[in-house]
Amino acid sequence: MLNHLWLIPALPLLGFLLNGLFGKRLGNGFVSLVGPLSSFLSAVAGTVAVLQYHHQYPNGDRHVDVVYNWISSGGVGADLAFQLDPLSIVMLLVVTWVGFLIHLYSVGYMAHEEGYWRYFSYLNLFLAEMLVLVLGSSYLVMFVGWEGVGLCSYLLIGFYYDKDFAVAAGKKAFVVNRIGDFGFLVAMFLMFAYFGTVDFAKVSQIASGGVEPGLVTAICLLLFLGATGKSAQIPLYVWLPDAMAGPTPVSALIHAATMVTAGVYMIARPNALYRLAPDALMVVAIIGALTAIFAATIGIRQNDIKKVLAYSTVSQLGFMFIGVGVGAFTAGIFHLITHAFFKACLFLGSGSVIHAMSGEQDIRRMGGLWKKIPITAWTFLIATIAIAGFPPLSGFFSKDEILASALANPYFPDLGVWIWAIGTVAALFTAFYMFRLFFLTFGGSFRGTQEQEHHLHESPWTMTVPLVVLAAGSILGGALTVNHFLEHWLELPTFEVSPARAWLAMIASTIVAILGTWFAYALFGRRGLAADERFERRAPAVARTLENKYYVDEFYDEALVTPLERFSRFLWRGIDALIDGILALGGYVVAAVGDLLRFLQTGNVRNYALMFFVGVIVFIWIFA
Amino acid sequence: MGILNIVTYTPLLGAAVILFFIRSDNPKMIRYAATIFATVDFIVSLFLWWGFDPNASGSRLFQFRFVRDWIPSLGVKYDFGIDGIALLLIVLTTFMGLIAIVSSFSAINFREKEYYVLLLLLQTGMIGTFCALDFFLFYVFWEVMLVPMYFIIGIWGGPRKLYAAIKFFLFTLAGSVLMLLSILALYFFNDDGIPFLHIRGLGNGYTFSVLQYHNIGHLIPPSLQFWIFLGFFFGFAIKVPMFPFHTWLPDAHTEAPTAGSIILAAVLLKMGTYGFVRFALPILPDATRQLILPIVVLSIIGIIYGALVTLVQKDMKRLIAYSSVSHLGFVMLGMFALNPMGLKGSVIQMINHGISTGALFLLVGIIYERRHSRDIADYGGLAKQMPMYATLFLIAALSSMGLPALNGFIGEFTILLGVANRNIWWAVFAAIGIVLGAAYLLWLYQRVFWGPLDNPANRTVRDLNRRELAMLVALSAVMVWIGIYPKPIFEVIEKPVEYVMGKVDPAYMNRPPIQYPAAVAEAEASK
Repeated sequence: MLNHLWLIPALPLLGFLLNGLFGKRLGNGFVSLVGPLSSFLSAVAGTVAVLQYHHQYPNGDRHVDVVYNWISSGGVGADLAFQLDPLSIVMLLVVTWVGFLIHLYSVGYMAHEEGYWRYFSYLNLFLAEMLVLVLGSSYLVMFVGWEGVGLCSYLLIGFYYDKDFAVAAGKKAFVVNRIGDFGFLVAMFLMFAYFGTVDFAKVSQIASGGVEPGLVTAICLLLFLGATGKSAQIPLYVWLPDAMAGPTPVSALIHAATMVTAGVYMIARPNALYRLAPDALMVVAIIGALTAIFAATIGIRQNDIKKVLAYSTVSQLGFMFIGVGVGAFTAGIFHLITHAFFKACLFLGSGSVIHAMSGEQDIRRMGGLWKKIPITAWTFLIATIAIAGFPPLSGFFSKDEILASALANPYFPDLGVWIWAIGTVAALFTAFYMFRLFFLTFGGSFRGTQEQEHHLHESPWTMTVPLVVLAAGSILGGALTVNHFLEHWLELPTFEVSPARAWLAMIASTIVAILGTWFAYALFGRRGLAADERFERRAPAVARTLENKYYVDEFYDEALVTPLERFSRFLWRGIDALIDGILALGGYVVAAVGDLLRFLQTGNVRNYALMFFVGVIVFIWIFA
Repeated sequence: MGILNIVTYTPLLGAAVILFFIRSDNPKMIRYAATIFATVDFIVSLFLWWGFDPNASGSRLFQFRFVRDWIPSLGVKYDFGIDGIALLLIVLTTFMGLIAIVSSFSAINFREKEYYVLLLLLQTGMIGTFCALDFFLFYVFWEVMLVPMYFIIGIWGGPRKLYAAIKFFLFTLAGSVLMLLSILALYFFNDDGIPFLHIRGLGNGYTFSVLQYHNIGHLIPPSLQFWIFLGFFFGFAIKVPMFPFHTWLPDAHTEAPTAGSIILAAVLLKMGTYGFVRFALPILPDATRQLILPIVVLSIIGIIYGALVTLVQKDMKRLIAYSSVSHLGFVMLGMFALNPMGLKGSVIQMINHGISTGALFLLVGIIYERRHSRDIADYGGLAKQMPMYATLFLIAALSSMGLPALNGFIGEFTILLGVANRNIWWAVFAAIGIVLGAAYLLWLYQRVFWGPLDNPANRTVRDLNRRELAMLVALSAVMVWIGIYPKPIFEVIEKPVEYVMGKVDPAYMNRPPIQYPAAVAEAEASK
């Protein structure tokens, strides 16, 4: 397997081709077989490769499998090559197995949708591209996957393509991501121009060999710009909440567990560069912290079950960036893993809720679902506890590790305290909005229509099994940190956290988790929707601002999109017309001159004779 | 006989056969004949590639040479020969020529005989232009292209066809006249009445031989080079078209019939860029290096300006036409990075743009035939009614916006790599065009294919028929092939690019490509 790493993405790619070309004709049975099976085989192939790797490289060295030379010019070139090392392995396992579970879930969830075959072919293509992203051995190959997952995200967000908001959201996602890709591209140009390569290891090696710090900082910041696009950080986070227009399993797979975490991978992968550029690290940490708290506050006032989870994802990704930003790369990746479990569980759970509610997504019309859909409710509760950060569930460990590292980081110790503080407050909000969501959805009494109540039902096994597995992962994920297992395995650079700081962070984390939950219970667990109404009465301006997400979308429209369109229109109607006008003027001048000259050519012999005579006089007068 | 003659004149033969042996009231027969000749031509061009030696360099770089005296008293020769760049463009021409003919089956329904004769004549002109290694011969073919295109736009075009045709003709003609002046300046360039070549011992009389000029270019005084370059520049820049000479393009493209747009985008625009690579760069190295900055600035303006204007178009065809301004800006920028990487990217992007934009024009033509509207606002929700069409349109759009694993990315990326090697800021500005590229194409896609299918006229359109599907699948296959495995293309242009670089900037080739050699050495040592 190790010498055929390309097979791992090739299997879902094959699934994509089969479903895309024949799925419509051969029917849903065929599609339900090919879609999940190809992702399962890919997961198995990946796992086999991991086991072989473990056997062959006990020291965690990098294994590279070159497929062929892709772009070449003299000495500079880039191979299409895949690699396996501990970091890639972590991503590989998360992507393939969570991916498989969500494929399985989709069989149930999407069963009655038109375009079932289309859905699975896109989903398979996504898996293939995501695997290219995490297995690529150079920034360029990573970029191939990076753009590919962006495409799939675009297609899947716009899956319900006859809905205007869905397709607009898809386009927005792609274009906003392209702004990030601009940074990724320019970073690669810099690497090629100054290092002559984009291979992960070689770039790190050359950079460590001593180059201008400014260059490394520029590369790091540009890569991070790419990351803010894909991982929905300030200022490019705006696409992710809209992306919820896609089918719910897609939100779980792409917009929670895998694709959006690619940005975190993108910081952890070139950690050697980032450590040379502490300024860039600081930017990452600050942006992460701001995004974490910013999105968390918005999450408090959203009423669409998926929107709450979307802002929660943005916020949690912020936590991951705090982790990698303070140089605690392992902690960032750890949170990536645990988040993949509990957030996928939450999204799939929300899908199960929506399924039960006959398509309803507004939590104001839910309530009292605890008894009606028990498996969903239990797994949702477990994941909620995990994300809120209660020990000993997985979210506690990974979040705590991030916050403790922020407090202790050696790169910018003074700022670290502030980042820790912001992160801790964000954690308080996290517990609060998640339990608000939980109580409003499952607690109290049912607020929907009778028809909806009549239809309430637990989902089929294809949907509940993934929920249970993911909930188990949410509980047990914290075990990865036992004996520093993940840290030793990943071998990413790290630093010591003094016991005092570690305890401080841990106690603070626990307290805010309890506090947030208690507030949520006191308000929404007891009073239900009335709590929201009271908020609106007491602080209408704050409530409205949060509800409207701080008006950032409106601001972008007014400040960027509209002026750009106006300017473009000016170029078209103004400049282009001006150029044509100048040329037309040239034409008129020629025509006018011709008209004037025409008077000379009267065809009248007497006129010619007269001119001849005048000419002779003039000549005589000049020369005589 | 020369295989280049076969590939050049097969379409002409076809035109003659149709003209003399097929009655004009038998359009079916005319179509078949045109298709057969175009297919044969395409196959011959594939043999050309098959027989081409990508490793040949030096005097053997130009292959399949066919040289005969033509007008000895003027030093005019009939000189054919191609390097890898011309080879690729010829294969592109025969391929897109065939597509253009097949795409016209249902689109053209009056005066078919003249139409296919002109289309085939045009193809001979294009291929001849790429083969010619004698300025006189080149100019003849260059002008041969102009006339059929003028008629194709003027007779079978849209509502404003006459305006567009005349505009196209005048712009191009103005350019070619200036180019002719430059050619004559080279020709008559002498020292006290003795031809320059003679003085240098390179020949004994006046000549139009391009390869001769390649060898003596660097001896021409820079001040003279500058003026000659300017003449070439106008000739080629109008054809490309570079900002601000681009305003003929949207009109010509929009009004031309589908096949005309395909050929115009795929091949005719490349005449300008090809002209720069073949003539301006190697013959006038000093002027080229001197004028890098203004040309780069115009190219970058073209990239961003073209993309912005594309963003606000309401007519599908005009939208794609404007996007060409942006794409050709990339081609010019890569070329004037004046390093091997940029030049290679530039050549590859010429091919890619031909394939992708050609495909987009074909796609727009297909829907136009059904609905007789190019107005974006008339559409929406077509994906439901025409799923195959929607899928293939998406592939072409993605290729055009440079999605990795499709052809457009290979070209754009290689260009920008080369550009970044010369000046990172140029690459930064140009990369903005990539962001905008996604914006205008996806917006177009969204408005045409997605959303509710609310225009009743769109509820009855048919999806692709077999003929259309075959053309689009072939084009898509090429997009995927070049995107995933571009090696064969890189191979054939390696030597020609070295050749051009050796002429235009010999010093560059000796420069170290990496600016941190110490760091690299250290890295190597630590392994």
